[in-house]
Amino acid sequence: MRYSIVNVLKEGLAGQQGWQAAWRDAVPEHRYDVVIVGGGGHGLATAYYLAKLHGITDVAVLEKGWLGGGNTGRNTTIVRSNYLLPGNEPFYEHSLKLWEGLSRELDFNVMFSQRGVLNLCHSDAQRDVFARRGNAMLMMGTDAELLDARQVRRKVKGLDFTNARFPITGGLLQRRAGTARHDAVAWGYARAASALGVDIIQNCEVKGFVRDRDRITEVETTRGRIGAGKVGLAVAGSSSLLAEMAGLRLPIESHVLQAFVSEGLKPWLDTVVTFGAGHFYISQSDKGGLVFGGDIDGYASYAQRGNLPVVEHVAAAAVALFPALGRVRLLRSWGGVMDMTPDGSPIIGKLPLDNLYMTGGWCYGGFKATPASGWCLAHTIANDAPHPLNEAMRLDRFARGRVIDERGAGPRPNLH
Amino acid sequence: MRITCPCCGARGIAEFSCLGNAPPARPADDAPEAAWVDFVYFRSNPAGPVQELWQHVQGCRSWLVVTRDTTTHAVLKVELASGAGRR
Repeated sequence: MRYSIVNVLKEGLAGQQGWQAAWRDAVPEHRYDVVIVGGGGHGLATAYYLAKLHGITDVAVLEKGWLGGGNTGRNTTIVRSNYLLPGNEPFYEHSLKLWEGLSRELDFNVMFSQRGVLNLCHSDAQRDVFARRGNAMLMMGTDAELLDARQVRRKVKGLDFTNARFPITGGLLQRRAGTARHDAVAWGYARAASALGVDIIQNCEVKGFVRDRDRITEVETTRGRIGAGKVGLAVAGSSSLLAEMAGLRLPIESHVLQAFVSEGLKPWLDTVVTFGAGHFYISQSDKGGLVFGGDIDGYASYAQRGNLPVVEHVAAAAVALFPALGRVRLLRSWGGVMDMTPDGSPIIGKLPLDNLYMTGGWCYGGFKATPASGWCLAHTIANDAPHPLNEAMRLDRFARGRVIDERGAGPRPNLH
Repeated sequence: MRITCPCCGARGIAEFSCLGNAPPARPADDAPEAAWVDFVYFRSNPAGPVQELWQHVQGCRSWLVVTRDTTTHAVLKVELASGAGRR
């Protein structure tokens, strides 16, 4: 049943008895043309676009827990496309365009709010770097605006402009960027994919792959063996572990990234502000909580929790930027496991087997990429070849020396 | 997480800097390109015990080989890098 005002009114009069479950909780079949491992946003989006755009509907999505219970439920919901490099920017801009039409496309309100993302700068040199990135964005067809200190002061209240170490001299604003509701993205894609015939199988953990030379023939799961024509991995955070089950090594180190939510406040911040120099970013959710975070802890981890020095650092940056936050109480904090790659950019493409593909290596930028990641992986699986948008994100870029290193930090995963 | 430096005793991790995986030795200068690509970019990235290089930057500045469980953050063993056969 469509979610529409007509149906809401009808169901209101009929005692809300007619609503159906948003997706079928499927029982695994013997074999599928395509098996997607990972029922987060990326895996569900892949399944949806396989069915919608490529006519491949014999698809299963295997999820070890519940839908969207992994990194889809552990991010800070920011969507943007403010990248410098040609290997990245067209991909993220495509993603942003998909976000702009997503609620209508899926018939599910993903609450995408284009409230803008503002990166603050603190020196002439940093402003020049931002101007360069903004110009690159404009040349690649997205929006960017360089603000001076006066414009920043008008846009965001409560910033400390007198900080001696990091005086705010301006910022780079992308107005079309913003935030979305993370659960709704998983649920919306699940509902739309399920309606097209995709089987969504929860509580089904992948334990291994059965290989016949360079082909994967079956996926071993906690709910039995499932035959597969092609297999796609969408398990960022655990990509190395799944690849190892297929006998492969990846250029990925798993790291923990912490994030925080404060108690609910009245509307106070109507945009996303990033304070890169202080390793801090913040936005306010529709419920009123301030959602914020910083950098990764810096050591390899699968623990989904971090350590206190980073909590202290993030809190210090918060009050340095917004002194008024000094009295705000923290509601909760959590850690998510990130696939950190040696160049800070993702991997979407075929792995060195005949029928295994992946989207992963998302570092800490996977949420915004959800639609385009699924869109590109679906294209790559359906055509056995990458789309021009994810051509640069192939795994073999490392061997070919074609890394996409936005920060110029070199091959150390914990520096990106 | 605390690391017991062999020189300074147990200290909080804020005093240390993590370089990352302590991989096997560098390939020979004339090793095939594939060996160098693997050494520079690829990681075994296990969920469980892993050996890493840490430096006690705000203490004695020693380089350490720390064996640590990536699923629990338990520090299992700390040795001086020089003692573990590394320069």
